[in-house]
Amino acid sequence: MGKVTAMMNLDARIPTGPIEEAWDSARFEMKLVNPANKRRHSLIVVGSGLAGASASATLGELGYNVKCFCFQDSPRRAHSIAAQGGINAAKNYQNDGDSIYRLFYDTVKGGDFRAREGNVYRLAQNSVHIIDQCVAQGVPFAREYGGSLDNRSFGGAQVSRTFYARGQTGQQLLLGAYQALERQVDTGQVTMIPRTEMLDLVVIDGQARGIVARNLITGKLTVHLAEAVILATGGYGNVYYLSTNAKGSNATAIWRAHRRGALFANPCFTQIHPTCIPVSGDYQSKLTLMSESLRNDGRIWVPKQKGDKRPPNEIPEDERDYYLERRYPSFGNLVPRDVASRNAKAICDEGRGVGETGLGVYLDLSDAIARLGVETIRERYGNLFDMYQRITDEDPYKVPMRIYPAIHYTMGGLWVDYQLQSNVPGLFVLGEANFSDHGANRLGASALMQGLSDGYFIIPYTVGNYLASTKLSKVTASHPEAQAALASTQQGVAKLLAIRGKRTVDSFHRELGKIMWDDCGMSRNAAGLKEAIGKIRALREEFWQNLNVTGSGDDLNQSLEKAGRVADFLELGELLCIDALERNESCGGHFREEYQTPDGEAQRDDEHFSYVAAWGYTGAGKPWDLTKEPLEFAYVHPSQRSYK
Amino acid sequence: MKVKLTIWRQKNPDSKGQFITYPVDVVNGEMSMLECLDVLNETLMGRGEEPVAFEHDCREGICGSCGFMINGIAHGPLPATTVCQLTMRHFKDGDELVLEPWRSRSFPLVKDLVVDRRSFDRIIQAGGYVSVSTGNAPDGNAIPVGKEIADRAMDAAACIGCGACVAACPNGSAALFTGAKIAHLGILPQGKPEQDRRAVRMVAQMNVEGFGSCTNIGECTGVCPKEIPLEEIARMNRDYLLGAWRERGNVVTAIAPVTDWNFGEK
Repeated sequence: MGKVTAMMNLDARIPTGPIEEAWDSARFEMKLVNPANKRRHSLIVVGSGLAGASASATLGELGYNVKCFCFQDSPRRAHSIAAQGGINAAKNYQNDGDSIYRLFYDTVKGGDFRAREGNVYRLAQNSVHIIDQCVAQGVPFAREYGGSLDNRSFGGAQVSRTFYARGQTGQQLLLGAYQALERQVDTGQVTMIPRTEMLDLVVIDGQARGIVARNLITGKLTVHLAEAVILATGGYGNVYYLSTNAKGSNATAIWRAHRRGALFANPCFTQIHPTCIPVSGDYQSKLTLMSESLRNDGRIWVPKQKGDKRPPNEIPEDERDYYLERRYPSFGNLVPRDVASRNAKAICDEGRGVGETGLGVYLDLSDAIARLGVETIRERYGNLFDMYQRITDEDPYKVPMRIYPAIHYTMGGLWVDYQLQSNVPGLFVLGEANFSDHGANRLGASALMQGLSDGYFIIPYTVGNYLASTKLSKVTASHPEAQAALASTQQGVAKLLAIRGKRTVDSFHRELGKIMWDDCGMSRNAAGLKEAIGKIRALREEFWQNLNVTGSGDDLNQSLEKAGRVADFLELGELLCIDALERNESCGGHFREEYQTPDGEAQRDDEHFSYVAAWGYTGAGKPWDLTKEPLEFAYVHPSQRSYK
Repeated sequence: MKVKLTIWRQKNPDSKGQFITYPVDVVNGEMSMLECLDVLNETLMGRGEEPVAFEHDCREGICGSCGFMINGIAHGPLPATTVCQLTMRHFKDGDELVLEPWRSRSFPLVKDLVVDRRSFDRIIQAGGYVSVSTGNAPDGNAIPVGKEIADRAMDAAACIGCGACVAACPNGSAALFTGAKIAHLGILPQGKPEQDRRAVRMVAQMNVEGFGSCTNIGECTGVCPKEIPLEEIARMNRDYLLGAWRERGNVVTAIAPVTDWNFGEK
C-alpha cells in the first residue's frame, strides 16, 4: 500500500535499431498531449537546479501547470550554480575532429563501460542544442575576438569541446534556466514554492501522484498532488559530510522516493574530484573545488624525496616528480578524474604529500605563466586564483597551489529507464539525481550537459508520452494514501524532536562522513566495507537514541531540517557500502583494492559485472533486494581504459 | 584567538529582537566566518539553546545565500568577499564583531540573520530574461558577439543576488542588482528586442517592492562581492529613459509583492 514493490525484470525501454536514429524514432513513437489539453495537466518538479529549472521552464512553456519546489530561499541558489569549468557539446566548432559519435564514445569509455549506450548517445545529440538554447537566452559564453564561441579542452578530452563562461559556467547556465523559469512564473504557468522541502512521495494505485512537503518557515506539512512527479534534487555526495557540494545538498527527496519503491541504482559510483583545496582543520564545513580546467595549464608534482619540507620554489626541477606526466605520457595532467585522484592518494600514502597535513600535491602554473604571461592566466583563471588566495592566504601567481581529492559528484541515483521514468510509474528523475548517463565515472563538463539535456530536451517529450498514454484517476488530498503519507511524515518530524539526547546532528554527520571516506572513499576493500556497514548501523542506532535537536517543528529550524537529511544519509551510506561490497571489480570511481592490474590500474570484470545494480527497499533494517539490468555494448567495445 | 560575536537574535518577524554577545574560540585563521558560527551553534545546542539561524549553502561565494552586516559593513571588511569566504585571519584576538541581518523594508526579517529576498526574484520575473522558449534557438554561432561585448555582459552577469547592495545603500536601493541584469541582457544582441520593455518593467517592479531610489553614493559597488560596477546603474537609467519614452503607450503591470509564506494556501 502506498508503495511499489520492485519488479524482477527491469525494462529500460531502450529503442531498438541504429543508435543514431533511436531518439528520433522514440520521439515519433511517443504519444502527444493536445496543446489545448496541456493546461489540464498538473506536474510537480522538485529541485530548481539546471535539471529542475530547465524542466519547469520548458514544461511551463508547453502549457502544463507546474509547481516547482526548492528548499533554498530562491531557485537561483541551487548548487548547479557552483559548477566552474564548463559544458561539453559536440559542435566541432574547432574543426579538431569532434563529432556526436566521438562525444558519445568518450563518455561511454570515460564512464568505464557502466553506462547505457542509448542514453549516452542521446546526451551527445542533445549537447549541441543546449549550447544554442543557452546562447539564445543570453548566457555570456566566452568568445573569440571574431565573435564566435570559444572552446577549451577539459579533463580527459583530446578535443576542445568545452564551452565556458569564465570560471562561472554553472552560474551562468543556471541563471539562464532560472530566468526562463521566472518568465513562466510571471505568466502563471509555473508556481514557484521556495523554502519548502519534499519529505515523502505520495503513491496512489501504484502511480506517483504527489508529494508531502514541509514549509521550512512555518513548519507546516502539506500534500501536493499532480499527475506526475519529477525529481531533480541532485546527488548524495554529502553522505561523506565533507564534499564540494553545498551544505544544503541532500538525498532526502530521492531517498524517501526509494523507500516508497523507487529503485536506487549504482550507489557506490561516487566521484572524487582531484583538484580541491586540502582540509585544514576539524571545524571544516566543506571542501572547495578548484576547477579542473587548471589542469590544462597546470602541472602536478610532488618532491621526489619523502618528507621533503623545503618550500616548493626551493626544490630544483630534477628533484620534482611530475608523476602524472611520468605515468601517463599521452594524457599527462589531463587524465580522467578517477585516475588523477587515485594517483594523488597513492603519492600521499607513500609519504610524499605536501603541506602541513601531508595530504596535498602541487598544482603548478608557473610554466604556463612564463609561457603565456600573467595577464592571460589571470583572464583564464583569475577568479579561481582569487578564491584560492582568500582561503589559503597564498598567492598562486607566485607559489604553486596545493590540492587534494574530495567527493564531488555521485554517478549513482534513482534508477530510470530511457524515458527518465523510475520503476514507479509517474515518477521521473532528472540530472544528478538519476543514475543514467555517466556510468562509473563522469567526465569533466558533462554534469551541466546532462542536467540541461534531461530538463530542456528529454522530459518535455517523455512526460507528455506518459500523460497521453496513462489512465489517471482523479484524486484529492483526502485520499487515504495521501493522508497516510502525511501522517507518517508528521510522525517522522515529531520523532526527531522527541529524542532530546546529547549529540548534535553535525556530530553524527561528521562521524558518518569519516566512516564513508575512510572505508568507502577513494579505494575500498571487502574487510573495510564490512566494518563500515557495522559502524554505520551502530551510528544509526545511536542517532535515534541520542540526537539533540533544539527548538520546535513549527518555525524555521535549521537543525531539524538537517536531522531529517542526516537520518536519510545514515541509511543511504549503508546501501552505498553494500553496493561497493557487492561489486567485486574496480571500475571508474569505484576502486576495489583486491581488483587491480599489476601496475595499479582499475581492473574491470565485464563477464560478471557489466550490469546496473538496482536496489529495492524492503523495509527499515531489512536487506535490500538487488535487481540487475544487464548492459550491452553494440558500438563501443569494452576495453581496458588506457591513458598511458 | 578569541573573538566576541554580538548577534541580532529575533525569533520571528513579530517578536522583539535583541543583541546577544557570545565569546567564540577561533582555532585557526583559515576558518571562515560561517564556520565560526557553526562552532558557536554547536556550543549553543550543547547547552540546549537554539542555534543562530543564518542563511548559507554553497560556501564558496557563488550561490548568494549568505550575507549579513559585520560591524556595519555588508559581508564584512574584506572587499569582493562573501561571509562564507571571509576567513578569520582578517580579525584580531579580542575583536568584537556585531552581526546584523540585512536591513531593508523590502527584505522582511525571517529569523535572526535570515531575511526574505523574494523581492529580487520578482524583479527578475518582471523581465530579467530573454523570451526564447526551448527549441527556438538558432545555431550558437549564428550571431557573432565580439569578445569585448561578451566580457562586458559577463561582468554584469556575475551578480549573485545576495542583497548586500541593498543593505549597504542608505536609501535601500536595489539599483545595482536591477541594473546588473538590465545591463547583462541589454549589452548582448540576444537581449536587444526586449530592451525597452525589460528596463521599464523591472524598474517599475523595483519601485513597487519599496526599494529606495539611487542617489549615486556607490556603497553598493563597494560591498558587492562580485564588484559589479556602478556604471550598470547608469546603463539602467539610460535604458529606462529610452524605454519609458518608446513604450509610453503601453500599460506597465507590476507583480504584487507577497510577504507571507502560505503560497496561496490557508
